[in-house]
Amino acid sequence: MKYIDEFRDGELARGIAAQIAREVRPDRRYQFMEFCGGHTHAISRYGVTDLLPPQVKLIHGPGCPVCVLPIGRVDLAIRLALEHKVTLATYGDCLRVPASDGLSLLKAKARGAKIAMVYSAADALDLARRQPEQQVVFFAIGFETTTPPTALVIKQAAAEGIANFSVVCNHVLTPSAITSILESPEVRSLGTVPLDGFIGPAHVSTVIGSRPYEHFAQEYAKPVVIAGFEPLDVMQAILMLVRQVNDGRAEVENEFTRAVTRDGNLKAQALVSEVFELRRSFEWRGLGDVPYSALAIREAYAAFDAEKKFALETRKVPDNKACECGAILRGVKHPRDCRIFGTVCTPENPIGSCMVSSEGACAAHYTYGRFREIAVQAA
Amino acid sequence: MNAPIKPGYVRPLDLKHGRIDMTHGGGGRAMKQLIEQLFAAAFDNEWLAQGNDMARVVLPPGRVVMATDSHVITPLFFPGGDIGCLSVHGTVNDVAMAGAVPVYLAASFILEEGFPLDSLKRIVDSMARAARDANVAIVTGDTKVVEQGKGDGVFITTTGVGVVDEAFVIGGERARPGDAILLSGFIGDHGMTIMSTRESLAFGADLQSDTAALHGLVAAMLDPVREAMRGDAGRGIHVLRDPTRGGLATTLNEIAGQSGVGMLIEEGAIAVRPQVEAACEFLGLDPLYVANEGKLVAIVAAEDAEAVLAAMRAHPLGADAALIGTVTEDPHHFVQMATRFGGRRVVDWLTGEQLPRIC
Amino acid sequence: MCLAVPVRVVELRGGDAAIVDLGGIRKEISLALVEDVAVGDYVILHVGYALTKLDPAEAERTLALFAEAGAAPQ
Repeated sequence: MKYIDEFRDGELARGIAAQIAREVRPDRRYQFMEFCGGHTHAISRYGVTDLLPPQVKLIHGPGCPVCVLPIGRVDLAIRLALEHKVTLATYGDCLRVPASDGLSLLKAKARGAKIAMVYSAADALDLARRQPEQQVVFFAIGFETTTPPTALVIKQAAAEGIANFSVVCNHVLTPSAITSILESPEVRSLGTVPLDGFIGPAHVSTVIGSRPYEHFAQEYAKPVVIAGFEPLDVMQAILMLVRQVNDGRAEVENEFTRAVTRDGNLKAQALVSEVFELRRSFEWRGLGDVPYSALAIREAYAAFDAEKKFALETRKVPDNKACECGAILRGVKHPRDCRIFGTVCTPENPIGSCMVSSEGACAAHYTYGRFREIAVQAA
Repeated sequence: MNAPIKPGYVRPLDLKHGRIDMTHGGGGRAMKQLIEQLFAAAFDNEWLAQGNDMARVVLPPGRVVMATDSHVITPLFFPGGDIGCLSVHGTVNDVAMAGAVPVYLAASFILEEGFPLDSLKRIVDSMARAARDANVAIVTGDTKVVEQGKGDGVFITTTGVGVVDEAFVIGGERARPGDAILLSGFIGDHGMTIMSTRESLAFGADLQSDTAALHGLVAAMLDPVREAMRGDAGRGIHVLRDPTRGGLATTLNEIAGQSGVGMLIEEGAIAVRPQVEAACEFLGLDPLYVANEGKLVAIVAAEDAEAVLAAMRAHPLGADAALIGTVTEDPHHFVQMATRFGGRRVVDWLTGEQLPRIC
Repeated sequence: MCLAVPVRVVELRGGDAAIVDLGGIRKEISLALVEDVAVGDYVILHVGYALTKLDPAEAERTLALFAEAGAAPQ
């Protein structure tokens, strides 16, 4: 597959790995947060950690929209389906997220709720078109990558007058998430979590461009390297971060030049501004209330806002007391530091947000990482 | 003089435009007609011709192996096969994974009211063909009809019986550290074919299900090691399994757990067709977890691996067979994989069902 | 987050729709979020929408950087 296979080449990987090993200062530690769940996935799936020198540590950040989705929002979706009897259209990622009362969207389906898994927002709108007598609600999640498609279908619904279609908007913003990490006491004042830089998200950046990250580099003096999705991209980005740290620089660099520009996709950004506005505050699972971190549907498109249409209220649901997700999402603790990791809390029975999605720090560690902590002998 | 009264004229089944209705499951004439004109006519053997609710059969010598499988697949017809041949292959393969030769099948059908007879005929003809090609006879069966809305068109359950050499003990608990892990060919074909018909990826994709009966391949694999296995239980083929639901990863984890061992496999040795890889990329799926219906995993004593692999490659269903890894000593039963990229990862159990993702 | 794949545009259909190809698999997607896409171009596809065009020259440059990193003397 073009533009995929070349970026997974093992030969080139060894070359970059050797270069990283040559350039790291032996007495220094380098801790980089890879923000994007897709990067977590790539690192795990290709075993990138094996190719890094021991001085380099990667911390998983809160870049997983499923992981940071509060239980209360999933409850809302379940209520819509079970009580208001709508057809709830959702991406596959949300189906198994455990919500209150032992339910999930999948379990609600088993109770008779009409839950439709869709690959695209357009499929959700299509469902509404084909069943004019049935209310169809699209449960929209995602960072800036996934937001423009939602904006498009809302506009389309308005243009075509598809009155039985509406959206529950859970779209969240990347810069806000990064800020909340950098503003956390452990990073900012206490310095107990040395964070030397960020591996910036790939596809979010194709939409928002590299410009928004310049603020972090300046304000917090942390280097950011935007990296493509493939394992070679990640390794090259790590090399670039190591160099910045060694040089004492804090700049925004772009490794993913084949898809990211400084301005990003202006057409998509304009569409998003037309349909959405900032919420003053939004709860992020594990991080609490984060100001100006999420989007709501504008008044002009209120007819397609399911929260208004069905007069929905989000109830706050606290996480399990033993759950360390908040600390883990901020990079302050590691999954193995959590009391219930791997025992009560497993991918099959996720208690907290970090275990819910396969990109969450705990799920990734459970699936790919925990075997490293046990000495394994090959016969 | 009056014309002689024709005995019990019954209009033949309308296989072109007819549909299943509740009388077809009622046990009366309609059901008898369905069985005679559709099932027995297609499967065509001495046992069904007797018209009993059972079959008296003779088994060749050996240990008896039995297996059963239910098929609820949607869609019923897909590139490379249909629920009919799938139901024959599935059970034939389960029996074959004991190293056995399958001989007889039983087939029960749960039909939904309103199901078109021409579709049913297509399915039944496909089953008949698959059974003939596999040299097994469908000797007995059952038919039930459920109300419209209570079934997905048709559900089929097949039960198979076969025989295996008394000396062979081939099963999931027999893998030993040092054994070779062999895989018979490309993975992910069946699952991605089904996925792509559902997720509208089907334009111009020549994805096909790999559904096939594997007992011929198994027999070919046993040939070079039969004598050795009769003399020494440590020789030859220890485990055979077909990686169906949950894919290769699930099968390897199952065996590792059953046998109390670990495994180390090479990603570079596992064959995946470019279209399957691409379809997986589109949906965010991992080919290791995608279902197969015409492949097998064999865990073989190290000294016999070369001979068994050669036998696989000489057989049409094993032309792309490869050595993909080794069984290891591991109290945690991890299945580890050396990635093409250079690092190592664990190939864990699947959590729930693999779903297409946006993240 | 954001599973996205680079795909090749093989056919332009009316009203922002296009057929793309990846490894022989074809799919209909929307080009509503991008402009000036021609047959033969590569785009990054996410949830049924093209997010941006892929720049082949930059792709080559990046690959060259990878090779350089490996070959550096030091």
